[in-house]
Amino acid sequence: MAQKRGQRGASSSSADDPEVVAHVPLQAVLLADSFNLKFRPITLERPKVLLPLVNVPMIEYTLAWLESVGVEEVFVFCCAHSQQLKQYLNQSEWTKPAARFSVSTIESHDAISAGDALRVIYEKSVIRGDFVLISGDTVSNMSLAQALLEHKERRKKDPLAIMTMIIKHSKPSNVTHQTRLGTDEVIMAFDPETKELRFYEDKADPSQRVISLDKILLADSPAFYMHNDKQDCYIDICSPEVLSLFMDNFDYQHLRRHFVKGLLIDDIMGYKIFTHEIHSSYAARIDNFRSYGTVSKDIMQSWTYPLVPNVKYFGCCSNMKLDRQGVFKALDVVQSRSAQIGAVTLIGSGSTIGDHSVISNSVIGQECTIGRNVSVHGCYIWNNVIIEDDCKLNHAIVCDGVHLRTGVVLEPGVILSFKVEVGQQITIPAYSKVSLLPQPSIQDSDEELEYADANSGVIESRSITSMISTRNAELSPDYSATENSGLSEVGIAGVGYIWCSYEGGNDEEWRHSVAPIPASKLAELSHEDYEDPDVSYQEVNSTPVSGELRPDSEITGDDDADGTDYGDSADFDKEVEATFQRALTGVNQETVILEINSLRLSCNKSHADCAGALFLSVIKLGLEAPNSSNGELYQNTAKEINRWKDILKHYLKSVDEEIEIILKFEEICLEIATELSPLFSTILSSLYEKDILSEDAILSWASEKEGADESDKIFVKQSERFITWLKEASEEEDDED
Amino acid sequence: MARMDFEVVVLAGGTSRKLNPLVSQEIPKALLPVANRPVLSYVLELLEASNLKDLIVVAEGEDAALRIGGWISGAYVDRLHVEVAAVPEGVGTAGALRAVASYLTANDVLIISGDLVTDVPPGAVAATHRRHSAVVTALLCPAPVSGPSDTGTSGGKEKAKKPVCCNIVGLDPTRQYLLHMATGAEVEKDIRVQKSILRAVGQIEIRADLMDAHMYAFKRSVLQDILDQKDKFHSIKQDILPYLIRTQLNSEVSDNGVVKSESGMDNISSQNDLRWLSQHREIAPSAFQEPHAFSLKSLPDARRTHKCCVYISSESKYCARLNSIQAYSDINRDVVGEASHLSGYSFSAQNNIIHPSAELGSKTTVGPQCMLAEGSKLGDKCSVKRSVIGRHCRIGSNVKIVNSIVMNHVTIEDGCSIQGSVVCSNVQLQERVVLKDCQVGAGYVVTTGSDHKSESLARK
Repeated sequence: MAQKRGQRGASSSSADDPEVVAHVPLQAVLLADSFNLKFRPITLERPKVLLPLVNVPMIEYTLAWLESVGVEEVFVFCCAHSQQLKQYLNQSEWTKPAARFSVSTIESHDAISAGDALRVIYEKSVIRGDFVLISGDTVSNMSLAQALLEHKERRKKDPLAIMTMIIKHSKPSNVTHQTRLGTDEVIMAFDPETKELRFYEDKADPSQRVISLDKILLADSPAFYMHNDKQDCYIDICSPEVLSLFMDNFDYQHLRRHFVKGLLIDDIMGYKIFTHEIHSSYAARIDNFRSYGTVSKDIMQSWTYPLVPNVKYFGCCSNMKLDRQGVFKALDVVQSRSAQIGAVTLIGSGSTIGDHSVISNSVIGQECTIGRNVSVHGCYIWNNVIIEDDCKLNHAIVCDGVHLRTGVVLEPGVILSFKVEVGQQITIPAYSKVSLLPQPSIQDSDEELEYADANSGVIESRSITSMISTRNAELSPDYSATENSGLSEVGIAGVGYIWCSYEGGNDEEWRHSVAPIPASKLAELSHEDYEDPDVSYQEVNSTPVSGELRPDSEITGDDDADGTDYGDSADFDKEVEATFQRALTGVNQETVILEINSLRLSCNKSHADCAGALFLSVIKLGLEAPNSSNGELYQNTAKEINRWKDILKHYLKSVDEEIEIILKFEEICLEIATELSPLFSTILSSLYEKDILSEDAILSWASEKEGADESDKIFVKQSERFITWLKEASEEEDDED
Repeated sequence: MARMDFEVVVLAGGTSRKLNPLVSQEIPKALLPVANRPVLSYVLELLEASNLKDLIVVAEGEDAALRIGGWISGAYVDRLHVEVAAVPEGVGTAGALRAVASYLTANDVLIISGDLVTDVPPGAVAATHRRHSAVVTALLCPAPVSGPSDTGTSGGKEKAKKPVCCNIVGLDPTRQYLLHMATGAEVEKDIRVQKSILRAVGQIEIRADLMDAHMYAFKRSVLQDILDQKDKFHSIKQDILPYLIRTQLNSEVSDNGVVKSESGMDNISSQNDLRWLSQHREIAPSAFQEPHAFSLKSLPDARRTHKCCVYISSESKYCARLNSIQAYSDINRDVVGEASHLSGYSFSAQNNIIHPSAELGSKTTVGPQCMLAEGSKLGDKCSVKRSVIGRHCRIGSNVKIVNSIVMNHVTIEDGCSIQGSVVCSNVQLQERVVLKDCQVGAGYVVTTGSDHKSESLARK
């Protein structure tokens, strides 16, 4: 009875008389869209939740778990590729009348984030009580009973306890600061007694060496635990209020970054989030390719029991046999006598393996044909893949229908999307992604309704054009010829586009790839790790006064704030330059202005600073172009100034900013690019002609400089003629008036 | 082995400004009477009980040093071997140590603040220090619950009893290592935890209910190095200790003294200890080892680390520092009250101490948890509750003394009422004076009938 009352309190939709509703079924919301781009290019063609994980679509694992924990109603929220997903579900066991729970789909094509999805679900008003919120790419075998009970107990005592997060111990690597699932380390703080979550940070700024926690955390309780060794399983038990909170805060997008952090910061509503730690059972979310690999191996090693290949759980692929060394083989596999199948490998039904081929630590799908002398190590090969003789595959993901011709080499981290064909003797460089579909440009990246991380725009990426050219250079000529000629299959070559990395840059690819982290990278990182502290300690030690450690000194006063201002103005220039560089690569000017504005706000700079920094970037551009004489240099610079004058003008709202530009220009000529100094007056006059600088600005600059040292007046003198001309011109104008 | 190889430095301080008007040139802080004994005697007797008898006492100011030295040589002749050193005022605790550092020779140094009143054995701190071969070991005790006792009449209800937050400390899951410490002004700010340390341990327990008791064991060579190299360091708790905690995973202290030979190995392995602590709890759910776990260990220059440890005293131990007037009242109250074993006196059946030479008038009552020292006289119909009265006081009739401390040679005339106050030596309270929550400096005369509340009275 007590429990019933608790549920009734929790249920916000009171359509029925509570006395009649004796039983609120446990519901679940399954988000069948990850709202990110990490599985591209594969997700362009198939929703992530239908990708095979050890030959079973991911969503099967999630649904099987939901069924096993007693969930009675599942709402599958589909977004990208909703038709495929619906079709899949309609054909699956889950929607058959015999199924033990009901699965229904909710479809929306506008949702670009988990927040949007939950808002859609709210509007459908289908959730009547506590529900499990899970993403369709989660693998778990935990029992929810205890967590559910705790959640309900808490709700009874405190209606503000609206969410229970499942966490698990998992120590991130000390070197890479990511977990074995390839996710960033999460820093959490919670109350040791109640397990209430007090702090959550999954995107800790790596440049920051300390984590700052609000003192408020210690106001209520004398102690809390801080962890970086917990992994967020992304399984949440939520009360219906969660949905209405998403409704109220229409800007909440990301479940963790916005919702959880939002609740933790908000002390007006006082909503609380609790954690439940699981110890012996398994729970992991497949967030990226690395977790895909890790979870696959965990499944093959039966950590996820009973969700393992040789247990008849999913209906399909039940004819698996477990051999020694953790090798799973379907009964109808045709394997050459001389082929070696190493540890922790699964081979799906109908596949054939040729002579002298070596396979280890891999998953091979159904109906695959593997030729002779092929070596496959740490790969995930899906269905109907043809691998011809002498191929070498190392830590790659190979999707359905791929055809690798003789002698192809896949370096670690390669992703081959559906039906890609690779011509003979071609080596695909590490971390490449190949797809039949061309890479969408950045602007329409949410075409697929996947939510691009808001931060990604700020991350500096290598120029796209240069990426492609280097990539192509690495390929053998006939392959790149294919690329140029589009999709047509050219003789012995293959079909597909090589994608260039667009998010986070190639440098970060290794983090999320299926391939193990290269040793060189590790050495580099651990070296950095050694270097780092010294820097910060020097900083610390340089603060002089006793008792005032670095943390203090930041708050000592206004003068300090000024100090930092000067210190990072060079950084600011760099940032602006980097942003500006992207304008060159095709980002349109308005976006650049927007980004510079946000930089300006975040660095607390004035318009004048922006103008100065931008001007510097433009001048540098002019300098970069090859030049042999001053005349050419002038031409180049003038051309760039002309090209970017719109952006420049945007920041030149008043005379003050224009003067700032002139001063900056002086500085550039004196310090950065001395070769420009003879051109000072010419460029100045061209700036005037292009309406970038007004005569007022130039004249007041000149008058400002009148009292200055001789050394400061070089440029005024150089421009004397121009200035006198200006003066006369303005006097003439005055006369005319 | 009766004596551990520890040298002891007692930092007796000088005339703390915080304790005005209780302290004066004549009575430096170390000699303030707590239950009619100088507060320093509590530390000295604690050390004596631990068989640590060679001490260096550092006092700020020549005057203070002379007075403290004089008192010690009188009281502890033949019991302790004490050197009293004087340092200029305002050099801070680090400065005081710097002045005596060259005299230190033992492997480890125990540093105790002279205003500590505790029954935590220093041996326990020293043993923890030795066991971990730590660079520093600090004694942490439960933060004192401040304010007048709950039965007190003077505004006891105003504040809920809550531990004062004096330090924010971060501990590892086993509560042996000190990973974070915020003192002084930092306590009021956001908690800034170093990521590298969190990464090494995986879990940090942040607590606000522990107090740094100012009893530290230091490795002598490290301490001397720091004092030499960091000449700006002013205070142990605000500079030296945070510095050591901050750099524990990336040690900068040169450890190549005599100590190195015996503890060098431990230093190298200590980061592994921290890692081990975080990993032994649960085995990662896969036999797939991260390959780089090995490569890391094979790195040529393993980062030098050192250990900062803590000894946390149990709740049942008493531990308080006399660093404010409130603390002074609290400690006096506790030493004759709940922590009476510290006072060293034997209590009567009425749970109070009345010296045989004290005289009480008729109908005068002295309640439990009171102390009346030798030669003091009380007139008729007086009432003394939860108070300490010093030597040779002359107290008239109809005087009420509640929750107060009256030092030596005080004259209190008829009809006075004293509540929650501290009355220093040689004060004269004329008739019908009413004091509530006041401090009266030495030699002050409070005129007839005056009524003071929450005031600090002292001679100009």
